[in-house]
Amino acid sequence: MNKKKSILESNVFYTLIAIAAGFLIGAVFLVIAGISPAAAYGKLLGSVFGKPKYLFWTLIYASPLIFTGLSVAFSFRTGVFNIGAEGQFVVGSLAACVLGITLRLPPVLHALVCVLAAAAAGAVWSLAVGILKVKRGIHEVLSFIMFNWIAFYLSNYVVNLEAIHKEGGGEATKDVLESARLLFPEGLRSALDCNAANWGIVLAVLAAVLIYIIIEKTTLGYKLKAVGFNSNGALYAGINADGSVLTALGISGALAGLGGAVQILGMSGRLSQFAGQEGFGFEGITVALIGSSSPVGCIFSGLFYGAMKYGGSKLSIVKAPSEVVDIIMGCVILFIAVSQVFRILFARFSKKKEA
Amino acid sequence: MDVIIKNLGLLINATLIATPPLLLAALGSCFSERSGVVNIGIEGMMTIGAFTGAVMGLTTGNGWIAFLCAGLAGALFGAIHAMACISFHADQTIAGTAINFLGPGLAVFLCKAMYNNSSDTPAMDPSCKLPKLFEGVFPAGSFWSNVLNVYAVAYLVFVLAFVCWFVFYKTKFGAHLRAVGEHPEACESLGIDVYRVRYSCVILSGFLSGLGGAFVTLATINQFRPSVIVGQGFIAIAAVIFGKFSPEGATKACLLFGLCSGIKTLAGQSNTVSPNLISMIPYIVTILALVLFVGKAHTPAANGKIFVKSR
Repeated sequence: MNKKKSILESNVFYTLIAIAAGFLIGAVFLVIAGISPAAAYGKLLGSVFGKPKYLFWTLIYASPLIFTGLSVAFSFRTGVFNIGAEGQFVVGSLAACVLGITLRLPPVLHALVCVLAAAAAGAVWSLAVGILKVKRGIHEVLSFIMFNWIAFYLSNYVVNLEAIHKEGGGEATKDVLESARLLFPEGLRSALDCNAANWGIVLAVLAAVLIYIIIEKTTLGYKLKAVGFNSNGALYAGINADGSVLTALGISGALAGLGGAVQILGMSGRLSQFAGQEGFGFEGITVALIGSSSPVGCIFSGLFYGAMKYGGSKLSIVKAPSEVVDIIMGCVILFIAVSQVFRILFARFSKKKEA
Repeated sequence: MDVIIKNLGLLINATLIATPPLLLAALGSCFSERSGVVNIGIEGMMTIGAFTGAVMGLTTGNGWIAFLCAGLAGALFGAIHAMACISFHADQTIAGTAINFLGPGLAVFLCKAMYNNSSDTPAMDPSCKLPKLFEGVFPAGSFWSNVLNVYAVAYLVFVLAFVCWFVFYKTKFGAHLRAVGEHPEACESLGIDVYRVRYSCVILSGFLSGLGGAFVTLATINQFRPSVIVGQGFIAIAAVIFGKFSPEGATKACLLFGLCSGIKTLAGQSNTVSPNLISMIPYIVTILALVLFVGKAHTPAANGKIFVKSR
């Protein structure tokens, strides 16, 4: 009885049901569009699990998402809503890319400098919003949205600068120098048969563990959570609420910036001109939600989203629109959001039964 | 001098074209936010409206019917959001995020399913679009012809802004919706049906967002593309916060955004400054305006909080 009850109260249970329901609704739309769900989902699964090298691609796709997911999850836990992870991701990737092209440093040091610069850029982008909030009382959601777009156009501006832009046309920068890349050694990559295999996933898992320790095991984390839970109460307890908000936003921004670094120095190797927002920040919101805002949860939800993104990119082979992934993800979030009611119903039901 | 007058005319025109989609969505957002439901899904509702508008324009050939259908499609998504947030007590930000995935995802998905795997709809014949009001009244190239070279709905939108202001401050429904967003428990004790007021407001916000999206596909351009809305929904939300959650404030903020994007359009035609730098202007102006003039916004007290009806 107790075991059953604990299952019905756990987040994982509802998340799994939500994922199943999401796939079900996705199937309905596939049928409406005249595509066999079996064929489409078969392709989706086959693209992810078909070969070991496909699994590596999932890890590569997941790494930046785990970072933006952690960024948003950390902000949720500390009572602010970082809808600006998108912009912080962009300035992070921009910083990593520019330094990766222009600096001349020995291999490991070069990568380290780029990664740290990306984290700093993300933190600065987020702190600016924090300062506007703390000093001038400006709604953070509003300034985050503005900063997302400023980052977007700033990046496009820098990509087109002569010193950075790829010679001979194309809408991208030069390639980041080999010394700044986070790629696995050549031998390992050819052994894995995956040219873009990189350290990003290792960094992402390390970051998740670090954030877990900060949130759950340190005084700093306790303070930040207290402010997020009730800023007046925290103030009464002698916690500097403004300082906490800034610290939380700084860490959250740095995480999103790191995501940008991993994307550029790991997978893509260059920055392309954006046509629309890349969406890593907004996808980070989803990752955080599916992972119940827990750092460890973000690893798994990031992997799930990474797999969906990579598998989804192969759907056009069976003539299924890859946007079915967006529909599935949207439904998953929606069902997670409404699951609260079912939890209450179950609790009421099991109480009645006991009585 | 003539050049200045001509450019002024073109600038006003560009502003009148850029403002309506934002304003429609922002007015909708005012209703939702002031009734106490955060609606971050405006972007998704606009996209589904833009798509529905284009498809109905192509199939019916009547711009007005298409425009209305787009509003209804937006309202449907508003209803989903309302149901999740109000009846199912979902976190409003989370539900809105879901709408932002569902709206654009569904629009492009259906577009590919309907139009031979293409993410753009075919271009519409001008006769399928919304009509222009003053076409041919003034001599071509004159100041007034430049200024008034906009679709009829653009004028209607400003009338609608006034109507919204009226509803907000001069009607019983307006008083209820403002009260419900501040203190739902007190409203319930006075016999106001909080759920009903909130449902109406959120569905209305979906309807207006849908119209805003359709303005882009039925007036500004002539087809649906995945990139037609990108970010306008979020800008509308920003305008509402900027305008302190009031229809008149949001209208001013939308006009400011519209003007900035008008400047962007005109300045973009000369090659002296990078278009990317010019594109940043609206966002930097917003931040500066907030820091210098506007300051702290009063958020409706019950905004984003779950209200459970007592029985």
